[in-house]
Amino acid sequence: LSGLARHREAWLLAATALLVGLIALRFPAFARPGNLAAVFNDTAILIILALGQMAVILTRSIDLSMASNLAFSGMVAALFNASWPEIPVPFVILLAMAVGTALGAFNGTLVWKLGMPSIVVTLGTLTIFRGATFVIAGGTWVNADAMSPGFIALQRGSLLGLPTLSWFAIVAIGSFYLVMTRTPLGRSIHAIGVNPTAAVYAGIDVGRTKFVAFAISGMIAGLAGYLWVSRYVIAATEVANGYELNIIAACVIGGVSIAGGIGSVMGTVLGALFLGIISTALPVIDVSPFWQMAISGSAILLAVVLNARGERGKGRLILRKAVAR
Amino acid sequence: MSDAVHSVRTVPDRLDKPLRAAFVSWEALLVAVAVAIFVANSLASPYFLNAWSLSDLTFNFTEKALIALAMALLIISGEIDLSVAAVVALASTLMGMAVQAGADTPALVLIGLCVGLACGAFNGLMVTGLGLPSIVVTIGTMSLFRGISYIILGDQAYKGYPASFAFFGQGYVWWVLSFELVLFVLASAIYWFLLHRTSFGRLVFAIGNNPLAAQFSGVRVGRMKFVLFCLTGLMAGIASVLITSRLGSTRPSIAQGYELEVITMVVLGGVSILGGSGSITGVVLAAFIMGLVTFGLGLLNVPGIVMSIFVGLLLILVIALPILWNRIRGRP
Repeated sequence: LSGLARHREAWLLAATALLVGLIALRFPAFARPGNLAAVFNDTAILIILALGQMAVILTRSIDLSMASNLAFSGMVAALFNASWPEIPVPFVILLAMAVGTALGAFNGTLVWKLGMPSIVVTLGTLTIFRGATFVIAGGTWVNADAMSPGFIALQRGSLLGLPTLSWFAIVAIGSFYLVMTRTPLGRSIHAIGVNPTAAVYAGIDVGRTKFVAFAISGMIAGLAGYLWVSRYVIAATEVANGYELNIIAACVIGGVSIAGGIGSVMGTVLGALFLGIISTALPVIDVSPFWQMAISGSAILLAVVLNARGERGKGRLILRKAVAR
Repeated sequence: MSDAVHSVRTVPDRLDKPLRAAFVSWEALLVAVAVAIFVANSLASPYFLNAWSLSDLTFNFTEKALIALAMALLIISGEIDLSVAAVVALASTLMGMAVQAGADTPALVLIGLCVGLACGAFNGLMVTGLGLPSIVVTIGTMSLFRGISYIILGDQAYKGYPASFAFFGQGYVWWVLSFELVLFVLASAIYWFLLHRTSFGRLVFAIGNNPLAAQFSGVRVGRMKFVLFCLTGLMAGIASVLITSRLGSTRPSIAQGYELEVITMVVLGGVSILGGSGSITGVVLAAFIMGLVTFGLGLLNVPGIVMSIFVGLLLILVIALPILWNRIRGRP
């Protein structure tokens, strides 16, 4: 199984390299290490968010509320910073993560304790969280003047030649890799996606594991809330409006199966990078940025067709194929 | 959607019998909610209880509700279509292009409907032909369809629709009865008949309850689902004609976010997101409730974004309360 997964990631890596190569034909400077590092930095927030979404999708659920959660947590962080600029920024980041975790746990509780379908729960909280962002901000926004210099500077700083924002993404990738492959939690998340009934017999609490996955995606959304607000130096109701679909798109392109159980950290990172490369490359090669949406749509469709072919070979999916028709 | 446990052997219209015992029926609950909101609105604003106000109210939801009718059938059959708002945008953009080329009103309507149908057929082919999950396919086509609108229009807008085209979204059939409302009432009746009184409707329920059993009973599950995707696309095409006619202009961001409101209507109307149960009456009532809530709050000068909190809460509460109620009464 892992051999096949690695195979898929190799293909995705090759496709990404091919994409960079094609862009470099038109504009050679694009493939320079410095520029690739800049692309990684630009995609860092999407990578972090996609990892949180991956954990949820693996458990056969979906979190449509991540972008709204991001807007809310980011707004809380910005308002807090504007009111108490003397409190150190790491504490503000922890606050944003705590707020995000609380919102994620709210989703998770409804899924766990009431057995509500996650798509319904997060469709509801998608609008509730964004509405709440408007309410706590009183309909206004927080801009650069109100934020403390440290709040803005932290993720722009540099460490070992890389921007701090990139390090946030690297740490997130590392921790997700460890949790998903080296801990009982990661195995449980995979197991309940592959076969919930078997997972119950194996002693895994399916509802509780889903709850934890939602809390993780909430925490990630909270962290991304701070990163987004400090990077674009604006906290407003419309922040990241509609971004939940980009997050899911990154997962799908990265080979995470919406039916649960299949997906890896490296695949998800590559899926997000694929989208990031397209969005940064379009202006460079003189293609109107208005092409981006159609291109990512086509990439999603192509990815899901190819992934379905990859999954078709496995015996356990024969029955589900019959069901799907 | 894939974690539904199909333990039911028969094919009932509704699965939640304990709820029925508690509230008589979902529809009765929705009627009660609608009446309560209606009375609250009348008390809260002196401008509410007026034939023209009530007529304006219907413009809030008829376009989305038309899509919701077909979406209800699709969700009952166990699939979903997130691309409907993007279909509206694409159809509107192509109608705008046709106007620039000098198309007249009948041609515009035909283009709108055909684009909708073609988009629905594309979704249907991807889902039934290639056996892909509808949620991913329609997230992809959602970007693709709206993306094509962005490629064509960029930051521009199409205007200059013929005067006779304005009738569909702005015209009145008789007194306060708008064309949109009459069309919605007719469509509701047709969909009600289709789902609850024809063998086609029974097959939709059968597929939603157990696609495998339906397949083995000789139901052409793939073809049925394809038809449902086409219907949903067609309704999005009709909605596109109405919206474009009402606004009189096309931007690529037209109908942004409508897909979530449409699905909220369907779920609020008592259709199980897992498929297999639901009714058109419920969806129609849910459409009216959402129209009443947004219009009533609008009269009270509540910003649209705050209204969306109420809609989101309504969606969660309407699903959560019956579950809690059953739990309190000791039923698992």
